[in-house]
Amino acid sequence: MNVLNNATLIRRELLIRLSRLFLDNRMDAIDRVPLEMFPKDGASFRCCVYKDRAMIKYRLMALLGHRIEEETDELMPLTEYARQAEERQEVESPILTVIDAACSACVRSNYYITDACRGCVARPCITNCKKNAIRMEKGRAVIDPDLCVNCGLCKNECPYHAIIFIPVPCEEACPVDAITKDENGKEQIDYDKCTFCGKCMRACPFGAIMERSQIIDILKTLRDKKPLTAMVAPAIIGQFSAELGQMAAALKKLGFEHVIEVAVGADMTAEKESHEFVERMKRGDKLMTTSCCPAYVETVKKHIPELAPFVSETPSPMRFTAEKSRELWPDAKTVFIGPCVAKRHESLSDDNVDYVMSIEELGSLFIAAGIDVQACEAEELPYAAHTNGRGFAATGGVTRAIENSVHGVEVKAEQIDGLSKQQVRALKRYPQNCACNFVEVMACEGGCIAGPAVINNPKLAKRSLDKFLNPG
Amino acid sequence: MSGKIRVEICTGTTCFVMGGAELLLLEENLPEHLKDQVEITGTICMNHCKSNPANQAPYVRVNDKVIKKADLFKILDEIKRCAGEE
Repeated sequence: MNVLNNATLIRRELLIRLSRLFLDNRMDAIDRVPLEMFPKDGASFRCCVYKDRAMIKYRLMALLGHRIEEETDELMPLTEYARQAEERQEVESPILTVIDAACSACVRSNYYITDACRGCVARPCITNCKKNAIRMEKGRAVIDPDLCVNCGLCKNECPYHAIIFIPVPCEEACPVDAITKDENGKEQIDYDKCTFCGKCMRACPFGAIMERSQIIDILKTLRDKKPLTAMVAPAIIGQFSAELGQMAAALKKLGFEHVIEVAVGADMTAEKESHEFVERMKRGDKLMTTSCCPAYVETVKKHIPELAPFVSETPSPMRFTAEKSRELWPDAKTVFIGPCVAKRHESLSDDNVDYVMSIEELGSLFIAAGIDVQACEAEELPYAAHTNGRGFAATGGVTRAIENSVHGVEVKAEQIDGLSKQQVRALKRYPQNCACNFVEVMACEGGCIAGPAVINNPKLAKRSLDKFLNPG
Repeated sequence: MSGKIRVEICTGTTCFVMGGAELLLLEENLPEHLKDQVEITGTICMNHCKSNPANQAPYVRVNDKVIKKADLFKILDEIKRCAGEE
């Protein structure tokens, strides 16, 4: 799957424009951005440039960290939202927001009979429909959405393949049915169910679901010359077509005082988790699953409680790294930089993580600041991580780290590579029925390098990562 | 000179973030008969993003022609043109 599409590109362009305005001290011009992006005589994506501009305004609100659902005055200018963003002292929950005006309210009834219908004599769609939901109209079969229950029988029976399934992409992508339509057909997220995996955000072709960015909070800290520590996730490798040391130098250029690899924490996770695994096996546990993927941990908490006793209690690499960063540099605020939406949520419960920035946001910030990572002279990081920790970035990496570190107990490993609706159902059976004793779970297919906020194509990122881990 | 069609894909940060990353998949998208006629390299920033006020990244150079807002289709078209197919 390609990372890039127009919705992604617009988001990146907005991040660059927003950061540039901030860096140039020109935030008072932010209300012009929607007009600049969609000029009066230019092309539009939606019905007209005016709707596109309105959506740009909402997107900017989300990038300023606001929750679109809380808008009370439609006339409030972006300059005011920007001012409020600068005054904000704490990161707020929930970390996602739905731009309901951008949600095109995809059709609720998922089966649709196309022009290819020949109005045949056999009419197996009608004879097989258990709900009597199909009737003939002007020589063609038509589904009554009020009666249809989306069983799909008609689609299977049509000899002309005239019936298609039209998904609601966000609902289809959500592994736990946390996003559904309200009475107006607009999508809304149920946060009692949401696991913050970010799949809906990636799936929506209208870009209606967004993260509430903390980029202003971070830019403000940099501007005020307060010390900041960048904690870069293992998945950063291969994201900028540059060496890790160049990445560190680029971050310093941006104004970060300290840079540390989260892979350092991942090394600690691997070591502790190996001990925990051995202990669990000795006491007779059936299995242990990983706990580094926050979307998976949230999935277990909210949807598979029967699996909770088997989830490793070892803290995640981010937690270990943040703890260490605080010890080393107590005066500095910490920023986790990674490809993950769920880490934003995880950070809310970790006092040692002050901010979270996505790799996409970092890339946009580099562009705004005129920093070319490849042109930076590599700098050594104060703490080098090992292959074990760095490998956490891709599916199979945690397993390898555990296999390398466990002695005396056989590791029968299995990997859940991507959490889909089916996988969530399958995991419910693991406590009773499981042929393995160690399960690595990654919510994103391919692991963190295929996370919702990456820049590079996961296939290419995997190649860079493999080369980095096994040079020569 | 090998006489091959040279494709230089800018991997500077601006181009990489704005879509250049995926252009490196070009190799896999080349038609079989063109594969040994084309030489693909990633290159450091070619400075097009800096000289151009309206940023049109990602930039790719095919022989001497600079393609702005490059995508796989535009690059393939230019390669085919250079190969005398159009």
